[in-house]
Amino acid sequence: MVTVEIKTKISSLDERINAMALQGESPLGTQEYFVNMGPQHPSTHGVLRLVLKLDGETVREIIPVLGYIHRGMEKKAETLGYRQQVHLTDRLDYLCSVMNNWVVSAVVEKAAKIEINDRIQTIRTIFAELQRVQSHLLWWGVFGMDLGAFTPFLYGFRDREKITKIFEETIGARLTMNYIQPGGLMYDIHPDFVKDVKAMISYMKPMFKEYDELVSGNIIIQERLKNVGILDAQSAVALGASGPVLRASGVAHDLRKIKPYGVYEKVDFSIPIGTVGDCWDRYSVRMLEMRESLKIIEQLIDSIPEGKHLTMKPGAKIRPPAGIYYEQMETARGIFGVFLHSDGSEKPSRVHYRTPNFHNLWCLTKIAPGGRIGDLVSIISSLDVVVPDIDR
Amino acid sequence: MGVTPQLSKISQQSPSVFDLHSAHKKEGPALLTSIDALVNWARSNSLWPLTFGTSCCAIEVMMAAGAAHHDLARFGAEVARPSPRQADLLVVAGTIVKKMAPRLRTLYDQMAEPKYVIATGACAISGGPFIYDSYSTVRGAHEIIPVDVYVPGCPPRPEAFFYGLLTLQKMIRDGESLRRPGVRKAPVMAALPPGITMEDLRAELIKGAKGATT
Amino acid sequence: MTTPPNDSTQSSAPQSTPADELKAIFLTCLLDSLIALDSGVKVREDSSLMSVKISESALLKVMTLLKQDSRFDFDQLQFHTVLDWPEEQRMECLYLLNSTKKSQELLISVSVSREKPQLPSVSKLWAIAEWQEREVYDMFGITYENHPDLRRIFLDDDWQGFPLRKDYQDEFMLRKPW
Repeated sequence: MVTVEIKTKISSLDERINAMALQGESPLGTQEYFVNMGPQHPSTHGVLRLVLKLDGETVREIIPVLGYIHRGMEKKAETLGYRQQVHLTDRLDYLCSVMNNWVVSAVVEKAAKIEINDRIQTIRTIFAELQRVQSHLLWWGVFGMDLGAFTPFLYGFRDREKITKIFEETIGARLTMNYIQPGGLMYDIHPDFVKDVKAMISYMKPMFKEYDELVSGNIIIQERLKNVGILDAQSAVALGASGPVLRASGVAHDLRKIKPYGVYEKVDFSIPIGTVGDCWDRYSVRMLEMRESLKIIEQLIDSIPEGKHLTMKPGAKIRPPAGIYYEQMETARGIFGVFLHSDGSEKPSRVHYRTPNFHNLWCLTKIAPGGRIGDLVSIISSLDVVVPDIDR
Repeated sequence: MGVTPQLSKISQQSPSVFDLHSAHKKEGPALLTSIDALVNWARSNSLWPLTFGTSCCAIEVMMAAGAAHHDLARFGAEVARPSPRQADLLVVAGTIVKKMAPRLRTLYDQMAEPKYVIATGACAISGGPFIYDSYSTVRGAHEIIPVDVYVPGCPPRPEAFFYGLLTLQKMIRDGESLRRPGVRKAPVMAALPPGITMEDLRAELIKGAKGATT
Repeated sequence: MTTPPNDSTQSSAPQSTPADELKAIFLTCLLDSLIALDSGVKVREDSSLMSVKISESALLKVMTLLKQDSRFDFDQLQFHTVLDWPEEQRMECLYLLNSTKKSQELLISVSVSREKPQLPSVSKLWAIAEWQEREVYDMFGITYENHPDLRRIFLDDDWQGFPLRKDYQDEFMLRKPW
């Protein structure tokens, strides 16, 4: 009997594209052709490269080519101590840096069994929600710009600056925060923090009406988003989507509700979900999420408990017992998880990041084919990808 | 194991650019010098940046700086172009990795002369947080393309970027663009402009402190 | 055949809540089904997640069961990564499965040799595995049988070596001098 040995063939990008060119007959009898989009392209949000197989204006197939910002973070993380891990996660999904800090701090706290108090938990939750609003505002501005409207960009950044100012006051940074650290927070909140957050909330609330009048109610925007890039609930789950992309498809999966962390158990908020799973639903879910985030902050801001902002000695070495640790949380883009393997020394022996954008971009390869190339930009933009988070 | 760095090869593709770092002298006929000054003034105030952002710095330098609050338009540099053919300022905003390095070189080569480069953020200056123990990060944009102004920060604030832009404008105004269009000065760090030493700064500080007391 | 303790992951908990009990029941049910497929199933004790070690040959059978059986319903593959053990000449492949309907997580661990590591691809079960396996190939050099499109994902096609292996050497990479 002959034993059949399956040899695994390692291909290259060129071979992949050539194979793609050979297969498939165009139903219209037209010549199919390739268009290279990126890595330097204004609407790929960084250095994402897509190789598109087109038939006229219809997208037949998409090959994302990744790695144009692959910085080797996981290798780098093996050379850093547990306390230093926080700083790398800032540079992954830089629009959710506080939330990323929180995840890595939480996994180190879980590993080393560090207790934290209610004050820290409350402040962490408030900052995470502030950042969710900040991140969605940036997305909203860039989304408008991708669809050809420049005004949302200016409006979004105008209001984003209000939140950035609050961050700057307490943290001193505008983008890469380095705020949450294992065992607590880097600094206590600024004396004006509560006052400024309240002022920001009372400023922001009427703004949503303005956004809706400017963009959401616009017939061109609606026509370009409705029934475009539909991702149904079943395939959203199967493709591993998370965050607003998954919720827009009608799956109420939010770790803040399912496995509450921080003080999310104590606050009352709802999870906006979509029905169809098209670009419009993804747009609406994020717009509603901003309102919910403000609601969470409002409930917490008056009742920040007293206590220390750091429960352990600053600079103390952390040595978790050997083992595997994993923690995941809901960032503005989906589930961000940090996997840590400790060998009992001062440095982790392996760190892996489960990033939301890696999974959400994968959905693009399934939902964009069949659509028009003009819709591709709105689909990419509605997925809200941050490329350094994909490439790590 | 590992790929031998091809970066030295990339930077040799157009060697002429690298020969221009030598200092130039400001002399010559009066008419040409005044036309130089006019051309330089015009050029320095109408820099068109290429929208090139690879990571975190892009948010601060290309987006927040360009938006309403900070308003890059005050310096005549708000016309961000997605195509290198239409741009004359390349802002390297973010980390450059080995896979991206040839693309960055291509973008630079596609830009028309005169062209200027600002490298913003720690990664574009030296590799920043990824200088050690990273197998893929290029240690500074100067390994790929010549850089005029460095703006330190991780990421730099929009104001820091403006300072770098003003430093570049000053460099352009001091150059002799008509007779030697490609003349490039040695790169500078925006935090400490050329011609100013720490002694000058200290003297200024003492003078200012005296003025406040009297 | 070793029957592991059912509540190994909950042993540190001070008191057992109804959720913990449910989890214990789930784990017992799960282990019984897995032992039927693979006699070498063990619970990995040093993990904060519910985690089981299985043998390489049983991987595809176990994964198919976990995906398709309605008792488990692991509909998402959260991540797939590898721990490198150079002194033991093996690599440990980890799959974190997630069930959105049952809110359960399960870490599956498989050991492969370091010399010619090969595993069956699970991309037929979870489509995202196609990219995750490409990433693991890129970083660790594990090849996958029946993978639809196996090539490097982040690094260039002509890159030599697998950077996340512990013994990776590169003349470009600088080591921290202190």
